[in-house]
Amino acid sequence: MTLKIILRNLVYRPTGSLLSVLLLMLSTGIIAMLLQLKHQISHKLDNDLRDIDMVIGAKGSPLQLVLSAVYHADAPTGNINMHEANRALRSPFVESYIPLAYGDSYRGFRIVGSDTNLIAKYQASLADGHLSNAPMEVVLGSAVAQKTELNTGDSLLSQHGEGNKGTTHEAHPYRVVGILNPTNTTIDNLIVTSVQSIWQIHDEHTAQGDTTTTPRQWTAALVKFRSPMGIMMLPRSINENTNLMAAIPSLEVNRLLSLMGMGIATLQAVALAIMVVAAISVFIALYNRLKERKYEHALLRTMGCSRLQLLAMILAEGLVLAIAGFMLGLFLSRMAIVLLNAWSGADFHFTFAYRLLPQEAGLLAVTCFTGILAALIPAIKAFNINLSKSLADA
Amino acid sequence: MAITEYVHRKEQFAPPMVRTSKLLFSYNTDRTFNYPDLEVKAGEPLAITGKSGCGKTTLLHLLAGLLSPAGGSVWINDSDLAKMTSARLDAFRGQRIGIVFQRPHFIQSLSVKDNILAAPYFSGKKIDAAQLQYTAAELGIAHLLHRMPSSLSIGEQQRASIGRAIMHLPALVLADEPTSSLDDENCHEVIHLLTQLCSERKAALIVVTHDDRVKRIIQNQVSLL
Repeated sequence: MTLKIILRNLVYRPTGSLLSVLLLMLSTGIIAMLLQLKHQISHKLDNDLRDIDMVIGAKGSPLQLVLSAVYHADAPTGNINMHEANRALRSPFVESYIPLAYGDSYRGFRIVGSDTNLIAKYQASLADGHLSNAPMEVVLGSAVAQKTELNTGDSLLSQHGEGNKGTTHEAHPYRVVGILNPTNTTIDNLIVTSVQSIWQIHDEHTAQGDTTTTPRQWTAALVKFRSPMGIMMLPRSINENTNLMAAIPSLEVNRLLSLMGMGIATLQAVALAIMVVAAISVFIALYNRLKERKYEHALLRTMGCSRLQLLAMILAEGLVLAIAGFMLGLFLSRMAIVLLNAWSGADFHFTFAYRLLPQEAGLLAVTCFTGILAALIPAIKAFNINLSKSLADA
Repeated sequence: MAITEYVHRKEQFAPPMVRTSKLLFSYNTDRTFNYPDLEVKAGEPLAITGKSGCGKTTLLHLLAGLLSPAGGSVWINDSDLAKMTSARLDAFRGQRIGIVFQRPHFIQSLSVKDNILAAPYFSGKKIDAAQLQYTAAELGIAHLLHRMPSSLSIGEQQRASIGRAIMHLPALVLADEPTSSLDDENCHEVIHLLTQLCSERKAALIVVTHDDRVKRIIQNQVSLL
């Protein structure tokens, strides 16, 4: 019955309640979405970063190098001489490194010349076929296989450059020999082949039938150190003494996240401002009806409802509004993620998940607290109602 | 099932009754109300009459424990209202007292049925469907239970508020000018129902009124000066 009175009261005059719920929905929706984006983007960035202590590539912007070599989300800074790179990485600090040669693509998916270590690094297992280090054989990431609908045994013609504007390497079809399981990392969106394949195609492409070969080149290399000491020593020496550039991905990612953080902080401030307005709206909705409900409150008291029960009932009205707003806000945030995935998932090769975050429980707590706080003054006024006067005045 | 069976389930007290002694109340120093001592036995009605401004409603609020007296005391079932804490008074009022107001007010967002059931709910008494139906039938509002209070005529509303006042089988029913907004027919019906239902339920009934139509029905009267 108590619950019935609380709920009926809220829907009996829905206009005031509606505005409060909408505002709460908007603010919790924005905050929940930001929490999700922030968490998932940094999780994704960290995930791809596993076992990559340093990236070397051609001189240019270190952030660009990291974005292009680790996340495959930017153009390469250029190519580097393989011998020079090998020389630079001949150091006791280096445990292992994975060469990358890229620049070609197939239907928007990047073809990376590397070796099977790249696949091992992302702990990707095979869904079909086998791994290969042989030239002109490729293994597809799960998302590539899904979008292009290629199967093992099919062949594909690569395009020079990224996007769909480059010339097609007509004379050199690749053969699909393996397809990977999803890993939720960058490799899902890559086509992995051997470095030789890339060289083979570009030898003749650049030399136009001539037998002379271009110097052996990589685009970048992903380096793992034996100890953290490597980070102290090697990048500086490479940057100072060679034509290569060394970048520390974790540093660059942190810089990127702090840039993103500013945007998120601004949006969060906006959402918090809306939350404050929502709280005021809850307050006004309850306070305005207080006068017209004064008699009802007195009536409840004459029926044996205690002061505390009455106080609790009005606080509960604020709480119910808050919970309703939160639920709708959560729904709104997931709808926004659906839209985001539909819009930009293809461009960024990244889809956001919908699971709940522990921070969202915190958001629920804050929202509930806001609702109760907004109801506090109306509740206290009802608590202190003068029974005799309220009943006589009506 | 007759209502008397429910009445028997009421906790057994020493003969239920309402008694006041040397009741005194003042809103300010200029104006003090001295009330005559009252005594009403279980199942009996009493009309308190007098002109407006002579403190009738104040007396009713004192009897209900909505106001605390400046002096004297109110006894209901041998419990002294003045000796109760405000929380205890709320609970006591919920359990032992039912009030019918001058204008029938309801919780607007609840149906007639829920309004009637709210009183036993807050006083912690269980009401079964048969008991609700029986009382609603006595009041002639059985067909109105699922309507919203605002859709009822004023006579129907006043009958529904009698239902609310007696549903939890109180020891004392207080009515504050229950007929002032009613026509003769409704007035007669409301007073008739009040006295009949209260006497069936062994509840003392005190009606505060200046309405001559009521005075003709309730013989037992105390006049305030």
